[in-house]
Amino acid sequence: MGMTIAEKILAKKSGQKKVAPGDLVTVEVDTVVMIDNSFIASRWREIQKVRDPARIVVVFDHRAPASTEDAAAAHRTGRRFVAKFGIKRFHDVGYDQGISHQLVADHGYALPGTILVCSDSHTCSGGVFNCIARGVGEPDVVYSAIKGETWFRVGETVRYELDGKLTPAVTTKDAFLQIAGKHGDHATQNIEWGGSGVAGLSIAARKTLTTMSAELSAEFSTFEPDTAMLEWVRARNPAPFEPVYPDKDAKYLETRKVDLAALEPLVAFPDTVIENSRPVGAAAGTRIDQAFIGSCANGTMDDLELAARILRGKRVAPGVRLIVTPGSQNVFREATRAGLVGALVEAGAVVTPATCGACGGGHLGILGPNETCITASTRNFKGRMGDSSAKIFMGSPATVAASAIRGVITDPREFLQ
Amino acid sequence: MKFKARVWKFGDNINTDLILPIQAFYLPAAEQPKYVFHANRPGWVDQMKPGDIIIGGKNFGMGSSRPAARSLKNLGIACLVAPSINGLFFRNCVNFAFPALECPGADEAFEEGDVAEVDFESATVKNVTRNATLKGRAMPPKLMELVKAGGIYPLLEKEGLIAPRA
Repeated sequence: MGMTIAEKILAKKSGQKKVAPGDLVTVEVDTVVMIDNSFIASRWREIQKVRDPARIVVVFDHRAPASTEDAAAAHRTGRRFVAKFGIKRFHDVGYDQGISHQLVADHGYALPGTILVCSDSHTCSGGVFNCIARGVGEPDVVYSAIKGETWFRVGETVRYELDGKLTPAVTTKDAFLQIAGKHGDHATQNIEWGGSGVAGLSIAARKTLTTMSAELSAEFSTFEPDTAMLEWVRARNPAPFEPVYPDKDAKYLETRKVDLAALEPLVAFPDTVIENSRPVGAAAGTRIDQAFIGSCANGTMDDLELAARILRGKRVAPGVRLIVTPGSQNVFREATRAGLVGALVEAGAVVTPATCGACGGGHLGILGPNETCITASTRNFKGRMGDSSAKIFMGSPATVAASAIRGVITDPREFLQ
Repeated sequence: MKFKARVWKFGDNINTDLILPIQAFYLPAAEQPKYVFHANRPGWVDQMKPGDIIIGGKNFGMGSSRPAARSLKNLGIACLVAPSINGLFFRNCVNFAFPALECPGADEAFEEGDVAEVDFESATVKNVTRNATLKGRAMPPKLMELVKAGGIYPLLEKEGLIAPRA
């Protein structure tokens, strides 16, 4: 019996011919990404030795620029760590700033066929590059940086076959909401993405699916390699790599088809995305206080273009705060050159520096008591973005932009056909 | 590892933001536990007693990489049993030495206040009150050793690879 992509990479990196669901493996870790939260005083343990500084990336993203004295202290600890070990791949506040998972895409840090860990749950984002990328805890990151290895449990794999082409007002965020609504959580399972519809999706669109796989509780979420992805990585990182394809006789727990052309705009109702998605019409007319587009799931050029297409020449409704946070300063610069930032700001959006920002309720758009928000970010958990009485709906950037204009949750097909 | 105590029941998809909410996220570790389940079950931290057991629903611990498992451990919860546990949350349980066992059917086998006996070596969960025994998904021996050793940090500290806590 053959192996899935995740199984093949885990076998290779654990020095075994074969692994199977149920195994516990110790694997070599190729890339360790450390974020500002790793350096906060309540978590940080001073590291005396690292395996290889060239395998480490340090990123300040959750509170950048520093939002509190505590955040500033964490940044200082991080800078000292970078200096101590001579780490080259360092993303401080400034030109190279961004959300770690967006920077992984911008710089090709997640190489196909390799293993990447970071102490942020949305690290599975890097699976778009055929990489075993996953969120781990701080102790895991410290251990991986020091020892160059970690442990993984091998789970069963669910394969998603994407077919067809998305319609103009529908995005892969809606595809995610469809999957989360219909199939619920994938705890202990891997997700593998493939099918004829992949070629029609940009890397950014695919990345929304791998990033949001954290919300499905997937172990690993990996795309089958294709030319567009391999060229993306080669254009950004000169390091050699070997892409990994699934065996023809790989064993899947289940193979599920997703017809991209048949999807419609969906929203997740407040508090969870598991089995909580409904057509946007079911929430249409709900008054909103805040609208947010950003995070590692929806802070790409694709997302800003889509938002600008809807908002250009229009105004955000009175009483509504539209906050847009590019995923990296690199995306911010590109969006500025393309005139997207101008269009968004003219419409009344507040465009913030690249940071996790409002998504985690840390800064730049915290919700107050009983407020309602529609967000194109990663999570709508109770209390996620601020006060626990706030209601958070989740939709695509198109749905969020359309809702910001009307002041109520709105079907984006009113603006895009 | 064996624990016997009264159980507290929680539903499906309990997420890390409920266990370690943003209001507690940046506080010192010792102050974080009092915010556990503040949004979904206010007052619970004053009702529970150290040594109690949590029986969760499916997909327990979905969400973030934050050290939410550490808060449950610091509250004194003896262990967690749930039909399925989010993989990242499970890692944090192991790494912070908080025993966690996946056991299909555990959520249906207990009512709140029942007494559970959880044996990690045999991966069995017994409802002492109702005299029923379930078989869980055994924790790999290597991970069980890590839990018994106190998790990753004491291990690295012993080897001189991280500095002792200031």
